[in-house]
Amino acid sequence: MRWAKLLATMAVASAFAGASCGISVAADVAPGDVQFTDDGVAVSLTGVAGNPEEGASVFKDRKLGNCLACHANSAMSKELFHGDVGPALDGVADRWDVAQLRAIVTDSKKGLSEDTVMPGFYSLNVGAHLDEKFAGKTILSAQQVEDVVAYLATLKE
Amino acid sequence: MKKTVVISALAAALACVGVAGPAWADPVDEQLVIDGETMITRAKAPEGHPFDEVLSGWLFRTVETRALETDSFTNPGMLEVEEGEAIWNKVEGSAGKSCASCHGDAAESMKGIGAHYPKWDAEAKRPINIELQINKCREQNMGAEPYDFDKGGQKQLTAYIKRQALGEPVSIDLSQGDLQSWWEKGKDLYYTRTGQLNLSCASCHEANMGKMIRADHLSQGQINGFPTYRLKNAGLVSVHNRFRGCIRDTRASFPKAFSDELMALEVYVTWRGSGLSVETPAVRQ
Repeated sequence: MRWAKLLATMAVASAFAGASCGISVAADVAPGDVQFTDDGVAVSLTGVAGNPEEGASVFKDRKLGNCLACHANSAMSKELFHGDVGPALDGVADRWDVAQLRAIVTDSKKGLSEDTVMPGFYSLNVGAHLDEKFAGKTILSAQQVEDVVAYLATLKE
Repeated sequence: MKKTVVISALAAALACVGVAGPAWADPVDEQLVIDGETMITRAKAPEGHPFDEVLSGWLFRTVETRALETDSFTNPGMLEVEEGEAIWNKVEGSAGKSCASCHGDAAESMKGIGAHYPKWDAEAKRPINIELQINKCREQNMGAEPYDFDKGGQKQLTAYIKRQALGEPVSIDLSQGDLQSWWEKGKDLYYTRTGQLNLSCASCHEANMGKMIRADHLSQGQINGFPTYRLKNAGLVSVHNRFRGCIRDTRASFPKAFSDELMALEVYVTWRGSGLSVETPAVRQ
């Protein structure tokens, strides 16, 4: 009984912690439970609509998405140095729908192809000899993926 | 979404790359001449190599960085090479010897030598590189302590010895001992994706050679210029330091310097640069 009470308290606390920083921890789909279909990932990872402005920040932050490392994006022409390892993202929302964008950002090995060099941003399917600092952790949180997807959905030509 | 739509979208994405791919990101078509001597920066790849041509990293750098390497007086790495020369002549250890006591003038005794390491160490039954050869000499012949990794002048002395091979084409003899099996092991490591970012050496230096990753122009990752002067570090960087840094950047744990893993990788990556001139100390970003 005491354990049940403690767990309940912890659940409430974590829900609060989540709410206070805009992340709905309780409702997140776990990385291993994301459902990929031929249509992509149809269901939101969090149930909370993505925020495109937050997504733009995550997109360009070198410690988070660092998307410009590999992708050019004319909408961010003020940022120096856009890579060209991956395709330019101008008009990406004309080429992919939200479910497909979510699949690609979540785990491009499943959303695009096993051969892609693009990291999976919400996946525990990682490479060998993982630094223990990152054990069990994803590059982005579920909500950050939703925010990036919401931002990408604004990139239309 | 139907498969055909996905495929046409992919085609559109690829077409976009074609259009957006900046021509200036190609390796330059220029000659590297150091102190009047022409370096081999493009060589026909050895049999079994994924590329037709091996390319020096020099061809991928900016015009300013390239210029620094063309003259011993402008190359900032040469200061440390001079420190290496002083170490060559310095008596250390219980035997009262310096490198020069046995090897004399490095310009003669070490001429071309650095282009042909790693070699097979029959005693240790593993590959030996310049750094480990120096340590072996210090322990067995000088009665001196071996250098710790990257410490005590190891980089400087290694660079001084390799400088005596400036221009000499890299070639290693894989028929020595078990070197071929170490090459195989190194090849496995080269293609092993590591860390949270799930990248292998080949992800960047083979599949995306010539592309830009942010401000960095991806080269073939050749090691013919190591120890290399990196502007970012404002000093010489050893090849095992660079291997470890690359692996760390994938968010993986990284092997110790001179471990079996990194010695195997050095054997394999050295082979991938066969035919390129030794450029030590190369100047890079």
